[in-house]
Amino acid sequence: MTRRAPPPQTLIAGMSLLLLAAIAGALLIDLPRDGRHEILWRIRVPRVCLGLLAGATLAASGMAFQAMFRNALATPYTLGVSSGASLGAALYMRAAFRVEAFGLDGVSLAALAGAVLSTALVYGLTRLGRAFSTATLLLAGVATSFSFTSLILLTQYTSDVTTAFRVGRWLMGGLEVVGFEPVWQVLPFAVVGLVAVSILGRELDLLVVGEDLAATRGVPVEHVKRLLFFAVSIMVGGVTAVCGPIGFVGLIVPHIGRLLVGGHHRFLAPFSVLGGAAFLVTCDTIARVAIAPVEIPVGSITALVGGPFFLTLLLWGRASRGLEAS
Amino acid sequence: MPPESVPGLVAIERLVVRRGDREVLHGVTFAVERGAFLAIVGPNGAGKTTLLMALLGLVRPDAGSISLAGHPIQQYSRRDVARLLSYVPQSDGRAVSFSVEEFVLLGRYTHRGRFAPPDRDDRRIVRDAMDLTGTRAFAERAVSSLSAGERQKVFIAAALAQQADVLLLDEPTAFLDPRHQLDTAALLRDLNRTHGLTVLMVTHDFNLAAHCGLDVLALREGRVAYHGQAETFLTSRVLEDVYGVPFEVLQRSAGGAWAALGGNP
Repeated sequence: MTRRAPPPQTLIAGMSLLLLAAIAGALLIDLPRDGRHEILWRIRVPRVCLGLLAGATLAASGMAFQAMFRNALATPYTLGVSSGASLGAALYMRAAFRVEAFGLDGVSLAALAGAVLSTALVYGLTRLGRAFSTATLLLAGVATSFSFTSLILLTQYTSDVTTAFRVGRWLMGGLEVVGFEPVWQVLPFAVVGLVAVSILGRELDLLVVGEDLAATRGVPVEHVKRLLFFAVSIMVGGVTAVCGPIGFVGLIVPHIGRLLVGGHHRFLAPFSVLGGAAFLVTCDTIARVAIAPVEIPVGSITALVGGPFFLTLLLWGRASRGLEAS
Repeated sequence: MPPESVPGLVAIERLVVRRGDREVLHGVTFAVERGAFLAIVGPNGAGKTTLLMALLGLVRPDAGSISLAGHPIQQYSRRDVARLLSYVPQSDGRAVSFSVEEFVLLGRYTHRGRFAPPDRDDRRIVRDAMDLTGTRAFAERAVSSLSAGERQKVFIAAALAQQADVLLLDEPTAFLDPRHQLDTAALLRDLNRTHGLTVLMVTHDFNLAAHCGLDVLALREGRVAYHGQAETFLTSRVLEDVYGVPFEVLQRSAGGAWAALGGNP
């Protein structure tokens, strides 16, 4: 007996419903009676919007990098954009001066600057090679990421306890915002990145098969890789600057998508965007209510919830595939 | 673009390619007419694959010229090259999780609009390619789940879906059992004769090349050592010259060489 998986369109529609449920839950769970309107519009809605944007962009970025590097372990943070952003944020918290511009607070500004710096550094290092080679890009990115991470630790170590704690807290990522300002700040980054990644679906399909084969099928491989690199850097830089580095979403959601809807980016991209948004919003709700009134940083929840969920799906997928073969 | 000045669909002149510090090709010159079926042979490290990569524009020549349909390859975009040349890499695809049909459909890349779903023409061409290669029976299966012989045919089908004029193959019969080798050779000959496809394949199997009556281009240490019919290539003198080991050539009773064996007679 062959057990046919439901068609991708059905699964994408199902994921949209799950997303709506996640949004409703995030807005309504634990909503106090007093000041309901105020809390909903000043706190809940902006927070959910930010979660949607961050989840969607992180999942799309992870998907793009996993295809581009043909590596299941690639994440949005593989090339060090978030390490750059985190270093910027950490240095700012450590520094004595305070700035504010374009409506962004100092930490976000510094994080954005760090993201731009690391992106430029990785791009420059890669360009030193003759071609825009994936191996060089990966090496440059991972090396940059590691160096920046140790600089963050150093910054933390040389700070006073309060600053060190603030840096540590920031590094766990969070969606606690008040008002829509942060949402508008992330929006342009998210839109630019998501549009770029979603129009490159067919190129991603071919890159997964192999760069040489993609090139001989007519894909301008270097050009596409460069576009993807910048698209992901813009998305991740923008999101990290406001939310900090939220781990695991970008690694796990595309994997779940591949298990469920297959490797075609025509389906995988919308599924990842919807799934990433739903996943992060759900994790954030859990982070908020699990041990209320204390909030757990969402970055620690994503891995705690996502890990077992993914393993279950993987084992269940294996089992059902075995069933198919017999 | 200038008028067609260089003869041949593919023309290579004094091609020099360095990879790293090593010069792999030192001035290779040859031309391939439309409708030809050429086997590129030679010992390991002779530069066969590099030649193929240069032809595909994946490796930049250091000197000399490559022209396709009369125009220098530099004048073509990747897209244009893909409409002239299609490529079957050395048997791989163990990691391709797409179904056979989806994978063959990827060959339609240059012909499809960015947002358009595959249209009726795409579907028909993909179906035809699968029919020609005998892969339609497992159209729904994942490429990674196929045997090496089946995968080889799927890769050929995907290249056919590209509808290019020239088919380039890198050792299409390596890793195949004799039956699948003959199948693949028969398929390629059919594509060449009945469908007018120009075929260039890198191979170690000069016996198969001779069996199919192909033209042979032999490379030795980055130079053309022989270019002509397989019949005359299969003589111990030419073979020894190319491979640097003694050969014994077995004659078929009806005349003509049948097989050449390396080693001390």
